[in-house]
Amino acid sequence: MKILVPVKQVASLDGDFTLADDGGLREGEPTWRLNEWDEFSLEAAVQLSEAADGEVVVVSVGPERVEEALRACLARGADRAIRVWGEGLAGAADPLSLASVLAAVARAEAPALILCGAQSADAAHAATGVALAGLLDLPRVAVVSAIERDGRHLTVQRELEGGAVEVLRIAPPCLLTVQTGINRPRQPTLRAIRQARMKPVAVAGPAELALEPAVVLAGAGSRTVGLRERPRSAGAKLLEGAPADVAARITEIVKESLAR
Amino acid sequence: MLAEARRGRLRPVSVELIGAACALSEEGAGPVTVALIGADAETHAAAVDVVGVEHVLVVPTPQPAFEAHVMQTAVAALIERRAPSLVLAGHTIDSLGFAPALAACGGHGFASDVTAIHWGEHGAVVQRGAYGDRLIAELDFPGRQTVVLLLRPGAFALAATDRASPGATVERIELDLAGCARTEHVELRDPPTGDVDIAKADFVLALGRGVGTAEQLERLERVADAIGATVAVSGPLVEAGWAERSRKVGQSGNTVAPRVYLAFGISGAAQHVAGMSRSRMIIAVNSDPGARIFDVAHYGAVADLFVIAAELERSFA
Repeated sequence: MKILVPVKQVASLDGDFTLADDGGLREGEPTWRLNEWDEFSLEAAVQLSEAADGEVVVVSVGPERVEEALRACLARGADRAIRVWGEGLAGAADPLSLASVLAAVARAEAPALILCGAQSADAAHAATGVALAGLLDLPRVAVVSAIERDGRHLTVQRELEGGAVEVLRIAPPCLLTVQTGINRPRQPTLRAIRQARMKPVAVAGPAELALEPAVVLAGAGSRTVGLRERPRSAGAKLLEGAPADVAARITEIVKESLAR
Repeated sequence: MLAEARRGRLRPVSVELIGAACALSEEGAGPVTVALIGADAETHAAAVDVVGVEHVLVVPTPQPAFEAHVMQTAVAALIERRAPSLVLAGHTIDSLGFAPALAACGGHGFASDVTAIHWGEHGAVVQRGAYGDRLIAELDFPGRQTVVLLLRPGAFALAATDRASPGATVERIELDLAGCARTEHVELRDPPTGDVDIAKADFVLALGRGVGTAEQLERLERVADAIGATVAVSGPLVEAGWAERSRKVGQSGNTVAPRVYLAFGISGAAQHVAGMSRSRMIIAVNSDPGARIFDVAHYGAVADLFVIAAELERSFA
């Protein structure tokens, strides 16, 4: 069973960050890391592959820095990696554009299963995976919280609002987007990290994938006209003072609100 | 505007969607049509006939449960027939299963988790959060005849349902949806019962990543007992296996609106806020002054939550 796992390297903005004059993020300033959701989709792929003697191929769209995220995937059990980049793809950040690039890779690889993270931590569109399934005309289930092999089928759970789950069956070839918490992603051992250096990371450009960058960019679902810091709302009235005073004030507010 | 129902009940986000659609209509975006798609669609027709809605389309589906591929086919057919400028749906688990594919296959404009929409000279301009809502991105959709937007639950005002509606036209549309399903529904499983229903609690103590360890969570559960609060948690605590899924507040958990929501160690990620922003009194305690929870809270304290918890036990006694 060949499993394709599209991953994203995301900017972590936990600390301070600045916006460039054009409203964009300043490249080089954020810390880059593998998207949290993709750690879970990768682990799910590796577990399925280990049980069925399969192959896990990770793919990411992005410049050279993305290789670090792909190496991290190789250290966690992926067999090989593909980085897609090239002239004209720099603006391909919209989920529909990314889906069209990933669709070209998927057509070339013809996997039995595509496992995506349910969303990215940075842009959080939660759309690339299902858009990809649409372009490939593959059956899919979004926001999956359990996967089990069931003969030729997969039995999966879809996590719904309110804590309910839907159990459903789907037949490969298919695509699933995976929710965090579905498994416990392994931490790579030093040996695995060393071995990952020997595993292949192929670089594919638009030409190899028969992609026309202008068409990819025109396929974007939206155009970003601005990016700005969110104005802090007047927000919370701050309770200050010694912990005992703060707690006393909270107690007062709680009791008043409950009595109302 | 696509209404969403589950288990025979219209989901609350649907009323927000109608509110957003009516506001856009007033800005000049055109008349509002509500599409009800599902086996029991007809039963909700009266509920969505509110002031501002001109048409209601009832589209029956072969199977009772939501099925993403059936939904995609049905909405694509409606877009083909009605050529809407905007298709609004909730940023919900169901929508995430079909809307991105619908937009990608139909060449439509698309944005998800939208928190504000305006209708201008060149169509819709929307806002959505990025980087954990620290930034706001503004998007437009040049050259798109139809734009599919998924709206964040809780971010839009509810439609006015208290005024008598002049009455929308209701039209039943039969589509050939047989054979469109590509997944097989097995069952819908309720959250584990026997546990408390946090949505019914008046006073919620919500605990987040800031509690640190499972042991410390237990300690805070005892504090909740002492002050008479029901414990709820944010996603990471469920994922760590420390709390039951039924305790989770957020987009993929419960939506709560208690009289008091006391948030300890919760950063205020959008997924969490979607499940609690309608609480009547929100008090947040977090050691990080930059935590987004302070934006939605009415009162906040930048402090060590364990110290405050210990003091609270005393002051409630």
